[in-house]
Amino acid sequence: MAKQIKMHLLVCCGTGCRASQSATLQKALERELKTNGLEDEAKVVTTGCFGFCEKGPIVKVHPDNTFYVEVKPEDAEEIVKEHVLKGRKVERLLYTDPKVKEHVPDSKHMGFYRKQIRIALRNCGLIDPENIDEYLARDGYQALGKVITEMTPESTIDVIKKSELRGRGGAGFPTGLKWEITRKSKSDQKYVVCNADEGDPGAFMDRSILEGDPHVVLEAMAICGYAIGADKGLIYIRAEYPLAIHRLKIAIEQAREYGLLGKNLFNSGFNFDIDLRYGAGAFVCGEETALIHSMEGERGEPTFKPPFPSVEGYLGKPTNVNNVETFANVPIIINKGADWFKTIGTEKSKGTKVFALAGKINNVGLIEIPMGTTLREVIFEIGGGIKDGKKFKAVQTGGPSGGCLTEKHLDLPIEYETLVAAGSMMGSGGMIVMDEDDCMVSVAKFFLDFTVEESCGKCSPCRIGNKRLYEMLDTITKGEGTMETLDKLKNLSKVIKDTSLCGLGQTAPNPVLSTINNFWDEYVEHVVDKKCKASVCKSLMRYVVIPENCVGCTVCARNCPVNCIKGERKQVHEIDQTACIKCGACYEKCKFNAIEIV
Amino acid sequence: MTKIKSLADLRKKKEEFEQKLKLRETSINPENYVQIKVGMATSGIASGAKEVMDYLIEELGKRGIDAVVTQTGDMGYCFAEPTIEVKRPNEDPIVFGYVDTKKADEIIEKYIKNGELVEGIIPVNYETIDE
Repeated sequence: MAKQIKMHLLVCCGTGCRASQSATLQKALERELKTNGLEDEAKVVTTGCFGFCEKGPIVKVHPDNTFYVEVKPEDAEEIVKEHVLKGRKVERLLYTDPKVKEHVPDSKHMGFYRKQIRIALRNCGLIDPENIDEYLARDGYQALGKVITEMTPESTIDVIKKSELRGRGGAGFPTGLKWEITRKSKSDQKYVVCNADEGDPGAFMDRSILEGDPHVVLEAMAICGYAIGADKGLIYIRAEYPLAIHRLKIAIEQAREYGLLGKNLFNSGFNFDIDLRYGAGAFVCGEETALIHSMEGERGEPTFKPPFPSVEGYLGKPTNVNNVETFANVPIIINKGADWFKTIGTEKSKGTKVFALAGKINNVGLIEIPMGTTLREVIFEIGGGIKDGKKFKAVQTGGPSGGCLTEKHLDLPIEYETLVAAGSMMGSGGMIVMDEDDCMVSVAKFFLDFTVEESCGKCSPCRIGNKRLYEMLDTITKGEGTMETLDKLKNLSKVIKDTSLCGLGQTAPNPVLSTINNFWDEYVEHVVDKKCKASVCKSLMRYVVIPENCVGCTVCARNCPVNCIKGERKQVHEIDQTACIKCGACYEKCKFNAIEIV
Repeated sequence: MTKIKSLADLRKKKEEFEQKLKLRETSINPENYVQIKVGMATSGIASGAKEVMDYLIEELGKRGIDAVVTQTGDMGYCFAEPTIEVKRPNEDPIVFGYVDTKKADEIIEKYIKNGELVEGIIPVNYETIDE
């Protein structure tokens, strides 16, 4: 029988480490194990990215958790002979703590290399979301118990104010202040509303929290209800989130069974219950006044503020609207205290932010980082860099309301203020990464297409203005734009921003303005040179055969879906430009680099 | 069901379920007891996590391995769905990505039975705030 494997050498094969020869290293380790007759006792396993690419390649040894950094293929012999055979760690390859300048023996002692801290997502991926008992085992509902039995509403608001928690829906309004304003509004009935109308393309932070840890939102809403004096909570969630709805329903039912929602919570006389309200998935309903109108059964259209919902909201009563992620931070702040929360993040932005990483990035996924982390750390360390080794071009934050940030912004710490100053915004947390193959005019057009579709049509700057913006972008991508079009584009953008009724219209031109600011040359290229460098705008490109390279193999002609490539066998082929649909099939299939894009 | 009416009630519940969670790990047969969590958020389910979970439950039963398979939320590694976390008794949990039924079979045979790691490990790249 084969010997039991007693040791594992984990070699990081993320893109970063691959680029620094981790594949060769892996083979070298395997070879050394074999040479030393250890292949039955130790095994080399490749893993995904450790998020520590700047020190790659990484080798982690199990079971003693040794963490080697910057390992070269020639180090394989020493690791095998010393560590695997004799059990002695190779000191010089250990990670050196930059602060104390000492070698760190194992990964448990180097927790800080992990760029992420999970606060809002603390139970996500850990507990069974359909079992309240698992939430209770993780201190669930203790914060609610604490505020109801040991604290006054005022002192509860005080803790949230002191923690400096700001709204995670995008604008960053201080949560404690919002609660205080709603508390001070006099009324016989008040409401707590959870905004779960997550609408940014590519964003799924709130959905993941609701799917992975629904009780945290229920608990926080009850805490908020106690603080502002409301006994009714409503979750406005889009109907296209069926799993989140399913799990919320189960969670509400279970909480009611335990008496954690309903009447007389903790024998205090305080009542609180929660219902769901479904949205039809209109982007504008993420705006709080539109959301409230939609819940009332009216059209999902925003109204002018003031009056703010904190004063006059759902059914005309004071209503506190917070986003899912904001709520997810509340119970832990009550449990651990405002001072603990303030140790995380930066001076003006405390705590963490969840982002949904998407686009041309290796590790697409859900991440939670302390405020102040740089875009570079997010994209190149946590995200594992750009797909297929392409060049980073831009990152879009804040969804259709945000903007594109570029290379020069990579070392920008992620905070509410810094992102706005750079021409984008925090937004709810969508982060779309773009590479050299993306055309920025087309990106702006994509987002405009979205806002034109989602505009409710109530005010003319948004309804008509954005449509005109879209048409101008369209002419530019078709090669029909002039420098005058660009001027018009800029001016109209500013007018729409200044005159629209709600946040949707006020921010809709942002993708246009930020791409104009950061990629002016690309716009000029489109209108003056009639070129699209990224080869996205089909009207501005042609596929042509390079006669010197063409051997007449007929592969292109056979793969052309519209049969527009003519040519005899072993003769130079030709593409009929009038019939070509620019699908790129010939370009991809040609083995002789005989087709180019001009 | 008994209602929870005080912080003391809550703490009692917490202890009870903490015990239960721990019990899973230190049951009568510790060397045979394995805990598996399957990431069942939308991204996981869309890439087949449900089939993998069913497969794991069925196969572990057939092969006589005592294990607890539970569902959980999004672990964040959407690029590598379906993801599962496997915790062998007295060992640190390990996350595997891109788990289809074939991979699940390999994980059962190699890792769960013999502790031999297989390809597809996703290193945990975040800190938790638990003491």
